Amino acid sequence: MTLLKTSIGRRSFLKTSALAGGGFMLSFSWLGACQTKPEDALAMPKEWFELNGYLKVGDNGVVTIMSPNPEIGQNVKTSMPMIVAEELDVDWKNVIVEQAPLNTDIFVRQLAGGSQSIRQGWKGLRMAGATARHMLREAAATTWNVPASEITTEAGMLHHKASGKSAGFGEMASAAAKLDVPKEVELKDNKDFKIIGTSRKNVDGPKIVTGKPLYGLDYRKEGMLIAMIAHAPAFGMKLKSVDDTEARSMPGIKDVFTIKSYEDDYPRQWCDVSSFPELVVVVGNSTWEVMNARKALKLEWEQFSDHSQTVSNFQGGSNDVKVPAGLENSAKHMQMMAQYATKSGKVVRKDGDPAKAFKNAAKVIERTYTAPFLAHNTMEPMNFFAHVTDDKAELVGPIQTPEFMEKSVSARIGLPLEKIDIQMSRMGGGFGRRLYGHFLVEVAVISQKMKAPVKLIYTREDDMSFGTYRPTYHAVYRAALDKDNNLVGFHVRAGGIPESPLFANRFPAGAVDNYLAEDWSIESNISVGAFRAPRSNFIAGAEQAFLDEVAEAAGKDPIDFRLDLLKRAQDNPVGENNDYEANRYAGVLELVKQKSNWGEDSSGTYRGVAAYFCHNTYVAHVLDLAMEDGKPRVQKVHCAVDCGIVVNPIAATNLCEGGSVDGIGHAMFSGLTFTDGVPDQQNFDKYRLVRHKEAPRAVDVHFVENGIDPTGLGEPPFPPVIGALANALYKATGKRQYNQPFMTEGIKLG
Amino acid sequence: MAVFNLNINGKQQQVDVDPSTPVLWVLRDHLNLTGTKFGCGIAMCGACTIHLDGNATRSCVLPVSSIGDKQITTIEGLSEEGDHPVQQAWLEHDVPQCGYCQAGQIMSAAALLKQNPSPSDEEIENAMNGNICRCGTYVRIKQAIKSASTTN
Ligand code: FES
Ligand code: FES
Repeated sequence: MTLLKTSIGRRSFLKTSALAGGGFMLSFSWLGACQTKPEDALAMPKEWFELNGYLKVGDNGVVTIMSPNPEIGQNVKTSMPMIVAEELDVDWKNVIVEQAPLNTDIFVRQLAGGSQSIRQGWKGLRMAGATARHMLREAAATTWNVPASEITTEAGMLHHKASGKSAGFGEMASAAAKLDVPKEVELKDNKDFKIIGTSRKNVDGPKIVTGKPLYGLDYRKEGMLIAMIAHAPAFGMKLKSVDDTEARSMPGIKDVFTIKSYEDDYPRQWCDVSSFPELVVVVGNSTWEVMNARKALKLEWEQFSDHSQTVSNFQGGSNDVKVPAGLENSAKHMQMMAQYATKSGKVVRKDGDPAKAFKNAAKVIERTYTAPFLAHNTMEPMNFFAHVTDDKAELVGPIQTPEFMEKSVSARIGLPLEKIDIQMSRMGGGFGRRLYGHFLVEVAVISQKMKAPVKLIYTREDDMSFGTYRPTYHAVYRAALDKDNNLVGFHVRAGGIPESPLFANRFPAGAVDNYLAEDWSIESNISVGAFRAPRSNFIAGAEQAFLDEVAEAAGKDPIDFRLDLLKRAQDNPVGENNDYEANRYAGVLELVKQKSNWGEDSSGTYRGVAAYFCHNTYVAHVLDLAMEDGKPRVQKVHCAVDCGIVVNPIAATNLCEGGSVDGIGHAMFSGLTFTDGVPDQQNFDKYRLVRHKEAPRAVDVHFVENGIDPTGLGEPPFPPVIGALANALYKATGKRQYNQPFMTEGIKLG
Repeated sequence: MAVFNLNINGKQQQVDVDPSTPVLWVLRDHLNLTGTKFGCGIAMCGACTIHLDGNATRSCVLPVSSIGDKQITTIEGLSEEGDHPVQQAWLEHDVPQCGYCQAGQIMSAAALLKQNPSPSDEEIENAMNGNICRCGTYVRIKQAIKSASTTN
């Protein structure tokens, strides 16, 4: 058993009963509970008792657990409450899950990003459950006049063996709610877990399959208006003139005006990325009317000149970020990147004497990899609801960073934070796009101006052309082999527009005596941001494809080649800041080797392997591919994962399947290109996402069992599968793939 | 503006809208049936799939004036209790991740199984190819359709 001091998260355990009547509890109604089907409906208690901010127990034993973090499809709305329920020791059947509102007094890190919800929530969630369980036991002890230490719990019941007394949590809830929060609580041993490690279905499943309103786009309020924005058609442009005469006169239109979401001198937070702060807004009664009126706007745009923006960074400081003038082109981007890559970059890590190692090498292999910009393309386009009045602002919708965006909204509309209420809807995808919430600021400004509730809707074209894209990247890898085919030198020079994808301290750093990592970047006015597994989403595939080629040149099996390097990193690591545990890395490779029957003839299919570590989780893939009518089709992906304890296996498996499919899809088909600052693809007619016919036929997921505290899965399965795909494509076609997307126009391998 | 009498999920509904309004927005904005989703507006993603006289149809490019007396079924009306075999299979396989595309996926799958109760893998892929899932739940969708096909 683990003892945990509750004082660490004391703030999270403020008793909120006083608030419950007057404040935040009342704001849940729309987001609702998990039970949907009538036969599942639980009898509602007459009275609820809050034991802490995370949970309340009803007089009939039904428990409501708050899901603190934004749900973007990573299933935290089920898995985070499971952790609370485990330590509370309640039957999952008697649990109702509610999406918590943004409340920084109670919850910590209400953010979806970096695959960190489970990892960083783990302790706090367990503590929330354990604290409540402790208080229920104490209440029973007092009532029965026996020592609390003799009281056991099981599935929502309290038992005292010696006296034969038993009671449900509901019977003790009232007394427990009056107790002080304990200073220390016991946590369960892993072996006693009854909910963690068992498959529990998505709590919103019944609502999803019956089309109940769950998403921001589904939100509505009496008297609500619809707004759309028009932004500059090209990066590098700003508004010159507006003629809205026709648009204004169209049916159902309430108003047309321009806004600035962010003023020029506003010091932006990191999540305030927006290339188009100046917008023309059309507000009206219905979506179709507003869409049509927007088409009737006559807008002129002009190029802006070089300027800079003040942006705060994670460390609390701020940088001046230069925004260069100009209308950018993808062809030019490629040329510039190729040119930059010929010059030395900034040395980020150097071990040994790489120059000498390359000079004395028996064999040098050098390869260059590139990948294009990507648009996030969450299936639910950007949108948000706001109702701003003189004394408060109510916002509802899909956002990964409510805590941060609340500050931006507050600064922009001039209301203090406590007057701003943000409710998180279930999100139709995030993938990093909804870390950047300019649309909250936009809709708040629009609602303030209209003095009415407003829902802002982006069309797919808006969404794709007003992105915070995955940057375009470039990496040159070099390897030096000695005459015995040992890897004696490794060099990576990586860059991009506008950022480098380099992680200098990741494998194979630490496994090669002479190692050099450099990076560079080129400024741009195209807005970028985090995209599912930022930077790793490119560099992993490049590195893993390169290692495959090096293994081949060295005449070694690609898995054995990696395992040998990892053994070296484990036994006698080079350098100090190696950002991985070599034994866990090797563990997933060994598991995937075994599960895929690596080495056995896989008749008619071609295999590739890759492994990577990012976002605290280790993943290895073996990918089997066949050529069908001249086109590659993935037959099966074998995926081995080490994320420590698997909280909810069915959902964890789903995420690994999805991450693999998504990685394959993007590497194979997706890319966003620019002509004179205009995105060439603005809808799914030109922008390609993987479809049913192109998806892997099967994905087998295997987890390492080790009882280590859990880490996340939203991102880690995505990056390595790209390497496995490239390596399998090579086996199938005899041709290495260096430039993503691998399929040009979706039909031909590049 | 014009008045249209529509048969939606077995009920007569009256709306007064511009005749060019796509059925998607009639459902979402005027009838508060938000289960049918907006994804692309150009019939390329399948999020807005409904049944028109039983056939899977993209409602985002379907003007309300073209409906006449054809019957519209939306995800809300696919079954009364949310227990259509396809919906049950979706729950059994815990298909959704973000879930946003799934109403459209379910409507496409239900229309397929009505016409072809035990489709092959290839037939499933052909029928479902217009429905994009950014979360990548394709493998599970196929498994769920197969489960539903045996119970149909
Ligand atoms: S919204 Fe109709 S197909 Fe995409
Ligand atoms: S489940 Fe998210 S788009 Fe399909």
